[in-house]
Amino acid sequence: MTSPYPILSIVGILIVVLSIAAGLIWLERRLLALWQDRYGPNRVGPFGLLQVLADMLKIFFKEDWIPPFADKYVFILAPAVIVVTVLLSFAVVPVAPGIIVTDLNIGLLFVLAMSSLGVYSVVLGGWSSDNKYALLGAVRAAAQMLSYEVFMGLSLMGVVLLAGSFDLVRIVEAQRHLWFVVPQFLGFVLFLIAGVAETRRLPFDLPEAESELIAGYHSEYSGMKFGMFFVGEYLGVTLISSLITVLFLGGWNGPVLPPIVWFLLKMFAFICLFILLRAALPRPRFDQLMNLGWKLLLPLALANLLVTGAVVLAKGT
Amino acid sequence: MEIVFYIASAIAVAATLLMLTRLNVVHALLYLVISLLAVAIIFYTLGAPFAAALEVIIYAGAIMVLFIFVLMLLNLGEAAVRTEKQWTRPRIWIGPSILAAVLVAEFVYLLTRSQGAGPVAAIGPEAVGISLFGTYLLGVELASMLLLGGLVGAFHLGLRKRTPEKAVEPAQRFTPEVAEPEEVLR
Repeated sequence: MTSPYPILSIVGILIVVLSIAAGLIWLERRLLALWQDRYGPNRVGPFGLLQVLADMLKIFFKEDWIPPFADKYVFILAPAVIVVTVLLSFAVVPVAPGIIVTDLNIGLLFVLAMSSLGVYSVVLGGWSSDNKYALLGAVRAAAQMLSYEVFMGLSLMGVVLLAGSFDLVRIVEAQRHLWFVVPQFLGFVLFLIAGVAETRRLPFDLPEAESELIAGYHSEYSGMKFGMFFVGEYLGVTLISSLITVLFLGGWNGPVLPPIVWFLLKMFAFICLFILLRAALPRPRFDQLMNLGWKLLLPLALANLLVTGAVVLAKGT
Repeated sequence: MEIVFYIASAIAVAATLLMLTRLNVVHALLYLVISLLAVAIIFYTLGAPFAAALEVIIYAGAIMVLFIFVLMLLNLGEAAVRTEKQWTRPRIWIGPSILAAVLVAEFVYLLTRSQGAGPVAAIGPEAVGISLFGTYLLGVELASMLLLGGLVGAFHLGLRKRTPEKAVEPAQRFTPEVAEPEEVLR
């Protein structure tokens, strides 16, 4: 199943995804303020909505400075990598029947591949800055993202086993009667934790922990290059939320309302959860983060895979 | 598809050559990543999407990141580039070039004699899985045993170095004097 108007789908998804990512800056500030008993930005336009526009104009006119000691070409390349890899991942996300850029039979693997390439952005950004705080942030990011990527992939294999395909459209269609969050609840929780770690959001934002590393891997970045890291992070949040929707919550499936509305509703629920996590949870220590990943979450993901495989095998024969 | 194959191949060859001749080791690794990505596209055009995805996830996405991770910890600077320059004088390229040229000649000779592959059929993930855990089960198990051995070995080496300072609990080493400040809004 491919889209009847491929160019329209590509341009449409690109514009919508980028506007959501930009809008999230406003949403995050307003929601955080709400939960912290403040107002947040509420002066520019209705409900402060135009604050995003004002911030964007400001960041475009900021001085775009490349430190003389930095590795210039790698420094410029790094912020582009994260935006490109996340946007490419959206190519295989089925928003509604017919609204998808390309329907790969290895769609899920493609997303995992792009997410593993996204690590380069943070690592190279920190390395090329030639700044000790940036380097420390990059080292943390590399260790954290490599560790959490391992069980991120494993936690999804239960879904793949149940649906019998890596194809995201077929995974959505397999959930017509029962969302995978029910039989794969453990996989869902594991993927949610891994997703927060992959997007480096609080409580897993140790690579940029501002109370100890200034801003971590993007300490030396300014202007729109910093903006790219920023937008990349929000794009990542949007991507993980839409992946959770597609893989565990039945994607566009739902009664009464049109499919695309269901998809957006579920996606925004998870985006709000991401923001609530930031407002509610403190940051762990780095050794706690590593212990949690390797000693608890990875064995759980393996056990989940084993049990799911046994059940599928028993049912099949 | 054919033109995509040739473009990807050209990129793979060029990136690999550039990787070999770079003096800065991180730049060399970045060219190697490009080369691996091009090889993934070659796999895809040859009808092996599963292999293509694994090439990106494992080689480009995991192994190369580990390489860069180690390089970052070593923190090689200008000095490393200078040593590299001393080591790779033009004279050093003569031997490998002759060997590579012989291989290229043999390869071209074989190519001119071959009939060319038939039409390419795409092989999905199911077919790969069935042959991996059916026909080649023994090979898969042997490879996993080898990897397990490597893992246990690495764990052993890492453990031995850390034993003396293990008396101090990590929590005691990092006890903060002041409470962490509240998260500052960006």
